[in-house]
Amino acid sequence: MTNSAMAVAAPRRRALHGHPLLDRLVPIATIVLALIAIWYVAAVLMNMALVRDAFEREETPYTASELIAGTMEAERPLLPAPHQVIAAFVDSVFGYPLNAPRSLVYHSAVTLSATLLGFVLGALLGIALALMIVHSRVLEKSLLPWIICSQMVPILALAPIFIVVLGALGLQGLLPKSIISAYLSFFPVTIGMVKGFTSPDPMQLDLMRTWSATPAQVLTKLRWPAAVPYLFAGLKVAITISLIGAIVAELPTGGEAGIGARLLAGSYYGQTVQIWSALLAAAILASALIGLVGLAERVVGRQMGTRP
Amino acid sequence: MNGSRLRLGFLAAAAGMLLGLLLPLSAEAAPLLPARPLPLVLTIAAALLFALAAGLRGAGGVAPGLAGVLCGAAATLALLRDPGIAGSAAAGFWLMVAAVWLAAALCVMRLAAIRSRSLSARRLLDLAVPLLFGAVVFYLWEVLVRGFGVPPVLLPSPSAAAARFAASLPILWQDFVQTFIRGVLIGYVIGCGAGLLVAIVANRFAFLGRGLLPLGNFFSALPLVGVAPIMVMWFGFDWPSKAAVVVLVTFFPMLVNALAGLAAAGHVERDLMRSYGADYRQTLTKLYLPAALPFIFNALKINATLALIGAIVAEFFGTPTLGIGFRISTEAGRMAIDMVWAEIALAAIAGMAFYGLVALAERATTFWHPSYRT
Amino acid sequence: MNPLADAGTLADATPRRLAVDISDISLTFETADGEVEALSKVNLQIAAGEFVSFIGPSGCGKTTVLRVIADLQQPTSGTLSVNGMSAEQARLSRAYGYVFQAPALFPWRTIEKNLKLPLEVMGFSDSEQRERAARYLALVNLSGFERKFPWQLSGGMQQRVSIARALSFDPHLLLMDEPFGALDEIVRDHLNEQLLQLWDKTAKTVLFVTHSIPEAVFLSTKIVVMSPRPGRIIDVIDCDFPRQRTLEIRETPEFLKVAHRVRVGLRAGHAYDE
Repeated sequence: MTNSAMAVAAPRRRALHGHPLLDRLVPIATIVLALIAIWYVAAVLMNMALVRDAFEREETPYTASELIAGTMEAERPLLPAPHQVIAAFVDSVFGYPLNAPRSLVYHSAVTLSATLLGFVLGALLGIALALMIVHSRVLEKSLLPWIICSQMVPILALAPIFIVVLGALGLQGLLPKSIISAYLSFFPVTIGMVKGFTSPDPMQLDLMRTWSATPAQVLTKLRWPAAVPYLFAGLKVAITISLIGAIVAELPTGGEAGIGARLLAGSYYGQTVQIWSALLAAAILASALIGLVGLAERVVGRQMGTRP
Repeated sequence: MNGSRLRLGFLAAAAGMLLGLLLPLSAEAAPLLPARPLPLVLTIAAALLFALAAGLRGAGGVAPGLAGVLCGAAATLALLRDPGIAGSAAAGFWLMVAAVWLAAALCVMRLAAIRSRSLSARRLLDLAVPLLFGAVVFYLWEVLVRGFGVPPVLLPSPSAAAARFAASLPILWQDFVQTFIRGVLIGYVIGCGAGLLVAIVANRFAFLGRGLLPLGNFFSALPLVGVAPIMVMWFGFDWPSKAAVVVLVTFFPMLVNALAGLAAAGHVERDLMRSYGADYRQTLTKLYLPAALPFIFNALKINATLALIGAIVAEFFGTPTLGIGFRISTEAGRMAIDMVWAEIALAAIAGMAFYGLVALAERATTFWHPSYRT
Repeated sequence: MNPLADAGTLADATPRRLAVDISDISLTFETADGEVEALSKVNLQIAAGEFVSFIGPSGCGKTTVLRVIADLQQPTSGTLSVNGMSAEQARLSRAYGYVFQAPALFPWRTIEKNLKLPLEVMGFSDSEQRERAARYLALVNLSGFERKFPWQLSGGMQQRVSIARALSFDPHLLLMDEPFGALDEIVRDHLNEQLLQLWDKTAKTVLFVTHSIPEAVFLSTKIVVMSPRPGRIIDVIDCDFPRQRTLEIRETPEFLKVAHRVRVGLRAGHAYDE
């Protein structure tokens, strides 16, 4: 591709306001606002029957506007309105002392601790396994195919077994949940790192050979830096799956604490708004965790001269 | 693994087998090995084969080595049939197991080191080595569980789990139909289809695409299985709510990947279609969609696993008396762990078969992509 | 229903009519570093049947001229007519075939199906598609490769397929943007000869962008020397070498005289300055 061809960049695509940040934010904001509007309309439509029944049971006359207002304030709505969810969320975060069983902060902390512990263990295990696989042909040929196969198996389904078996062995609370999270998160890290460690160009490997570099030097000076992008990609998957694992692990014991337990309790007692605010907490947790990994990635990337 | 270490290892394995003839097999004062004819013959055969393997050079030692492993494994498994030994195995028995394990490991190591020139030999080895490795793991699992007498509620042996699997086929089939055919497949088709359609619309209108891509990435990362209780509230306890969860879980990865795929067609190819005066529909069917196929299949493969996980986990939240997830959580609660393992085996087989089918379809339709030609 | 039928009779009526008429074309666009004048008041007339080369350094606008004629880019001012129509009308009536620097063959289609691609878009019947694909593949000496896939062919062969594809629907014009730039010199010489034979046989008007002075002089009836900043025409050189020529004329004094004139033009346009 010559410079003359590149110089004639098609001037057809006009930026929205010529400003790159606005160019990205305006479409997102528009769609989000549209989704919220659709949510409100759906809430009105779906809760309509419920509210109408309630009014008729009490034999009170109602106007159309009272009906609509009722759909947004129902106690056990089919679809809570956005402001209801936010109100309940704010209430359970700020309305209770931090270690109260009603406090969403408490439950989030329980889930978060299992997630983080499991994630760290799983990531370390994954990296160690990847290192072993890359340096041992035997392991690469015998173990790696099984690890790849395990990606196709719904490993999350094993969670109840783990909980029950470990419970029978006397382990409860944080540890079995973290073990499940660790078990789930080491697979993507292993696969990602194996890809990363084997990603260097044959030319670069040849270069190291001409310098008679030892395997350890090749590892530290070539393979490891080349694997960093793959590491972060694997870590992002690992941390999301670690969170899901922690939540699912809280279900079998009829869970007492954690976001999963909250979801289960809400579904048993028909507390719709509680379910939605727990989901909101899970979403915030997930985004915060991925944001953290992304931040770490950017910091490391800047040090390693990656293109922004 | 150099030759002399290999030889030493096989000799050690032979020695281990022979020691089993002398040492006690069980903690209880059970008769020694010479009193049992079949295991005796197998043990001696194994020891001889190991000695032969030690004597042969290079890859030639693998064949007698593997034969010896088979004999030794059969010997130990036959011994376990004796109730006096199972549950209280002692030094002689464990030495034999260790010998079999050592020999098998040596065979795996030797096979993995072979660099063959012929493509078919390499493919055969690529299949044989992990299978051998897996077989050894299963053997050890079986022998350790039965030899130590691990309570079946904690960890059943593979043979017990397989027996339970074979005995429960009707229940397993019902669970499979409920979870997989009804929950997974229907949700998968709807979710992936919807994701692709929205991606096509978003490709047409760039504004939508710029907004949907980051939102799609955001939603893919959320623990969407958590919406299961809400789906139960909307669609009832039965399979529609599980299918709804699967739809949500599969929609976003397909949306994100299809968007990336539809944008993958190069500028030059786009200009080419423009120079032919092609309209949007022609450009979509002849350029954008074929070029997007590798990305779409990437999402289809990811979604195959996500769909199964989503359906099973959704069942943890409540379901009528059917389904893989339901069975796992209730049987786990009842400590019927072998039934749980049978269900897990079912889920594993279903997952691998599903993924394999999608991968085959991918191979057939995207054979032209550079990643297949390296 | 062949939309080219009408345009065809027009060509027959006046043999030396203008294939391309460019009048005062300018094209400026915005970049991060301010405005760039890719083309500045370019004027050019090209008669039907000519082989016109555009030569100049990077950024002189030669590719831009081609893209403007092809309606792949719009000028900011000036008028342009192709075969008596506007550029857009010409594109929609399938008046030209474009050959890019890269072969741009679709990897999921066989060679035959790649040739059929424009024919499918333009609505030719199945039997006609088959016949044209076979005919044009033979024209570029690649019969027998119908069922192969692009990656099974060498770079030179892929580019020949790309040329056959551009010709398969009988356009009046052939626009080629450095089609042989990525190939080595030996293959390039071979393809130059083949292109010339093709031009002689099919009597199309060819617009050819190149970096190579010998290539431009060898192939053309007219050479347009351009210079950058802003993009404009420095010199238009008419060459009248015989239509059937071989590579040997590259050592004749007439050839060297024309090449020298091209170089003078390039130097005047500051092609060799930093």
